[in-house]
Amino acid sequence: MTHARRLTPWLFLLAPLTLLVTFTYAPIVNMLAYSFTDWDGVSPELHYTGAHNYAEIFTRPDLFEVFLVSAYYLAASAVQIVLALYFATVLSFDIRFRNFFKGVLFFPSLINGVAIGFVFLYFFQDGGTLDSVLALFGVHTDHAWLGTPVSANVSLAGVSVWRYLGLNFVLFLGAIQSVPGELYEAAELDGAGRWQQFRHIIAPGIRPVVTLTVILSVSGSLSVFEVPYIMTGGATGTETFVTQTVKLAFQYNKTGLASAAAVVLLLIVLAVTWLQRRLVPDERVDLV
Amino acid sequence: MNRRTLAALAAGTALLLAGCTGTGGSTKAADAKAPDDPSKVTGTITVLTQRTDLVQDGTMKRYAAAFNKVYPKVKVEFQALTNYETEVKIRMNTENYGDVLMIPGVIKKSDYPKFFASLGTGTELSKKYRFTGFTTVGGKVYGQSPIGVMPGFVYNKRVWKQAGVTRWPTTPAEFIADLRAIRTRTAATPYYTNYAAQWPLTSWTFVNGSVHCDPQATTKLAEGDPWAAGADLRVGDTMLYDIVHDGLAENDPTTTNWEASKAQLAKGKIATQWLGTWAVVQFQDAAKKAGVDPDDIGFMPFPAQTDGKFCAVVGPDYNQAVNIHSAHKAAARAWIDWFTDKSGYDRDNLAISPLKGASLPAVLQPYEDAGVKLIELDDTAGARVKLIDSASEVGINAPDYRQKLVDLARGARSGTLDGFLDDLGGKWTAAEKTAGTS
Repeated sequence: MTHARRLTPWLFLLAPLTLLVTFTYAPIVNMLAYSFTDWDGVSPELHYTGAHNYAEIFTRPDLFEVFLVSAYYLAASAVQIVLALYFATVLSFDIRFRNFFKGVLFFPSLINGVAIGFVFLYFFQDGGTLDSVLALFGVHTDHAWLGTPVSANVSLAGVSVWRYLGLNFVLFLGAIQSVPGELYEAAELDGAGRWQQFRHIIAPGIRPVVTLTVILSVSGSLSVFEVPYIMTGGATGTETFVTQTVKLAFQYNKTGLASAAAVVLLLIVLAVTWLQRRLVPDERVDLV
Repeated sequence: MNRRTLAALAAGTALLLAGCTGTGGSTKAADAKAPDDPSKVTGTITVLTQRTDLVQDGTMKRYAAAFNKVYPKVKVEFQALTNYETEVKIRMNTENYGDVLMIPGVIKKSDYPKFFASLGTGTELSKKYRFTGFTTVGGKVYGQSPIGVMPGFVYNKRVWKQAGVTRWPTTPAEFIADLRAIRTRTAATPYYTNYAAQWPLTSWTFVNGSVHCDPQATTKLAEGDPWAAGADLRVGDTMLYDIVHDGLAENDPTTTNWEASKAQLAKGKIATQWLGTWAVVQFQDAAKKAGVDPDDIGFMPFPAQTDGKFCAVVGPDYNQAVNIHSAHKAAARAWIDWFTDKSGYDRDNLAISPLKGASLPAVLQPYEDAGVKLIELDDTAGARVKLIDSASEVGINAPDYRQKLVDLARGARSGTLDGFLDDLGGKWTAAEKTAGTS
């Protein structure tokens, strides 16, 4: 009886654990193993090379220059969080067409990232959507949006904001709506305005979610992939650490080195997250 | 106890996986002999191809039906891979990579005997077929390309004539001058880089050989600096730089569109693109669809002459090979032979026949008239070039460095052409010393 009882939860866990181990942990273990070899990704022969790949990564500063590109995405994340917070707050109040606007904001998150890449390639084309729309307002630029490194990175970061804004927005909206309604009523009775409600009820109430979003944004900015990979393939100075790693693995057939690079990125993200948690510890908030 | 179970589980998985790593190749060599009696060959074979278009529009099925008239008991199935190189590379870690496949660029030549069944000896096959040297390892041939391709400029004859150019340019400087004439006298974009599609830039590597009409050009890549003054790649890259630097290419290279560029060239909105013979048929189709004359599509060699003659390099496309693990090697071999010799695939694509002594396709008539010398490159050093290329991360078969070259030329990247090319040469020669010695 007790034996069976102890076994039951494990039976339930069997399916998710199998999936988790097969598709998450096993590949990571495999990647770790490859990172100590000179494997080219296909040859039946591979040799153990010790820490050679790691030594190469840390002695090649050119591999880390790409993190400068992450700064664009980091700045974009800040804009994105502020915008998402603004929209979530506004739409949490009772305004007309709020469900419609929620849909509009969340919609981009439902589209496949590759499709978004292609759509925006047309958008930024010479004489494409963006140029046409600007022409409607009498602005005629001959600007090549993806033409220079600064312009290209700003454009790509813009696409990234458009894409992920909805997800942040929904997280914030959910958090705001979980704040008990009486608090707003009480605040209104006491004569608090919208800004005061935001400052003293909403902001402290959703702080854990904001912290989480910031962490996700920072790690996301360090490992940007889809948008630049699809749209520019890393050309014109838009290379990120992940697109560079993919190139090492699939273009130059240095799967061992690329695995080591992936492990290094994982460690960097973990370190940054840890640092963030130390700087901004998670406090328990008590609204009432 | 729980934690221990998990740890044991993880360790067990790790061991298991380590065991499965890269066991795709076999250590045993095998032959795929051509069958003697077509009616006795049986089996279902899977053919992997990169031609998704031909599988979708039923062309490949028609080839299979014609094949079945000779080999009634063989069933041919096709699998079209959109991203051929990457997908097939992953599949080759298993034993299940079709019966017939095209040898992906990533496989080291010395590994061919581990992945593919031999088609016969080089001395025997080279009597009948071109390009056997490209897949010969230890005297045995491992693949055969069904078509021969030749790099060159696809151009709009009408636009070039309108600009007052009536003969093919013979030097890069003359070529640039002609593009200038196109810019001033016509509304066309003189040259289209197809920067965003990436591979059209990669194909500039194929100028190698035609600049100095040298069949040993590949060996020279492996032994010297490809970007030394006057070397083939430097001549080609400098010309590309000049085209972009002088504003003779499209306004915004970063958002180019390959599919659309075909119709634009056919209509005369684009004058020239560096591609290959294989592209001509696609541009003619685009012309027909756009309702313009397909005969406007012309093809010209790289602007360089050796002893007063143009020179063009004929090379193999993807080479078809038989999977060493195939259970139906005779049927697979029968398909490769039939597809190469009898399918008409070469004529359908206006391509050069892989059979020795076959006549050139009609589209290359102007080449015969102009007395263009056709050469084949000796690929003995091809494997070593690949090693140096990967080790140096220069990527002569990847788009990166030429995208940077175009960025440099249009001022989106700082530096000078000489500095850029010398840096490539430096990386290359440094890798020459270390790569492929083991």
